[in-house]
Amino acid sequence: MGTGNETGVEALNSLIASKEQELARLKKQLVEAEGADKRASEQAQETPWRWPLKAEEYDRYGRQIILPGFGTDGQLRLRASRVLLVGAGGLGCPAAAYLAGAGIGRIGIVDGDVVEASNLHRQIAHSTSRVGVFKAESLIAHLRDLNPLVQYTAYTTHLTPQNAEEIVSQYDLVLDCTDHPTSRYLISDTCVLLEKPLVSASALRTDGQLIVLNAPVGSQGSMKGGPCYRCVFPVPPPAESLTSCGEGGVLGPAVGTMGVLQAGEAIKVLLKGKGWLESEVEDVRPSLMLFSSPLLGGVSMRTVRMRGRRKDCFACGEGSKLSLASLKDGSTDYVAFCGGKGGATVNVLEPNERISAKQYADRRTKDEHLLLDVREAEHFSVASIDGAVNVPFSRIHTAAGEKERPSWLPPTLPTDAPIYVVCRVGNDSQVVTRRLKDIGMDEGGKRVIVDIKGGMRAWKNEVDETLPFT
Amino acid sequence: MVTATENAQLRVVVEFSGGLEMLFSDQKRHVISIPTTDENGKPVTVAYLIEYLCKNVMKDSRKELFVLDSQIRPGILVLINDADWELEGEEKYAIQNGDNILFVSTLHGG
Repeated sequence: MGTGNETGVEALNSLIASKEQELARLKKQLVEAEGADKRASEQAQETPWRWPLKAEEYDRYGRQIILPGFGTDGQLRLRASRVLLVGAGGLGCPAAAYLAGAGIGRIGIVDGDVVEASNLHRQIAHSTSRVGVFKAESLIAHLRDLNPLVQYTAYTTHLTPQNAEEIVSQYDLVLDCTDHPTSRYLISDTCVLLEKPLVSASALRTDGQLIVLNAPVGSQGSMKGGPCYRCVFPVPPPAESLTSCGEGGVLGPAVGTMGVLQAGEAIKVLLKGKGWLESEVEDVRPSLMLFSSPLLGGVSMRTVRMRGRRKDCFACGEGSKLSLASLKDGSTDYVAFCGGKGGATVNVLEPNERISAKQYADRRTKDEHLLLDVREAEHFSVASIDGAVNVPFSRIHTAAGEKERPSWLPPTLPTDAPIYVVCRVGNDSQVVTRRLKDIGMDEGGKRVIVDIKGGMRAWKNEVDETLPFT
Repeated sequence: MVTATENAQLRVVVEFSGGLEMLFSDQKRHVISIPTTDENGKPVTVAYLIEYLCKNVMKDSRKELFVLDSQIRPGILVLINDADWELEGEEKYAIQNGDNILFVSTLHGG
């Protein structure tokens, strides 16, 4: 027992001794470590960060900083810049992403629309989970994730003559990423008045166009500086000649290409800053870039030389009456100037020359008739009403000169059988109805020719909600 | 001599872009031959070419989408050998053999 006990005490003493040794060693280590920490922090205080950009900025932007002609100065210039994008759609999404990625200091996004599923094939910064969210906010959510170092401001409204000055004046450069002439003229006029360079792009179907305006900036009334949108396009196109992406379609990568190019031009203008030579400010002839990527064919880019400032330009020319005050008080009516709102409702028929989609649904089973669908073949091929005959609006026009019976008219159709005309939303169908009557197809009043109010959209809403609508 | 002048033709490449090709049989590029002089014996101009296109090349009846009030429709740019026609004298520009005349409808989508 005794021996056994002694052995136990010895063992414990020896264990305590070794633990004490270990404790002493750890304490020593601790003192050393604390000393090292203190020295490091003292050293850090002694030598402040010696570089113009933050460490994370060098990490993030290094690959562009090392480009010849870019440099740390270029990066600082971008960081000090404020860029406004008007439109957060097919152009605005890619343009904003590249600008945020490049480290622009502050980015503002103006758009009063909300994200729709039909946007997502091209407006790549939005997402399925953000359908219904304001585009300006959805885009910024994407940008924040891409680059949190940038300051972002969302304007969930459309740019108007009333709010344009307040918004645009807070930025150094503007990107026009909108989709209608009214906004294009408003943005350009505001940029002239506030002396901001403007990078303008547009796209439709498989084509795109890009031009840098008001760069270098020149003051109103001076012939120095780049032309404005009105110098290049003094008269807007007639409203009826316009085609929207909803009517004509748009290839995602085509509009995306234009947005990317827009960001590239914006970065170049910002890097240049105020460093224009006197010779570069005189008689500026900007290039218009034309992009085309037809589905059946190769891709082409072509640059054409445009005119410079127009002496008698309404906005930037000598004796221009345009002012920030006239903008705000509404004396410049952009909607009227552009011949009314896009997709304006046509009204060429009397009420008795039109029927509703519901009325047609009732009649179609009763009488022998012809349903003429005048949408373009691409729309028709997606979905149509049973029995409809497709003669696209453009072909009806083409055939107008023909005196004989149109080839699309079934030979068996009795001369008193009605013709119902339908289109996408009820504008073209009115024009066609009028035209068919004008060329005598109503057989002197024997045949009823009417259009279906609201077109295929009304048919979907009132009669057949399963119909895919494009 | 006189006969030779009357028979002389200019070869012109006419291109359409931005959707205008739809008015011209969906064809973007047309190589056409036009007389060197008009009915008054004057060298042919872009104005002559535009009228010629309307009469001889355009199949679509919607002339107003190309010409409005006997002027090229607003919203269409005319480029003569890749330069805005305003830099070349607009419709008075006398066409040279081998010229490239591009008509571009301005786009507004985005």
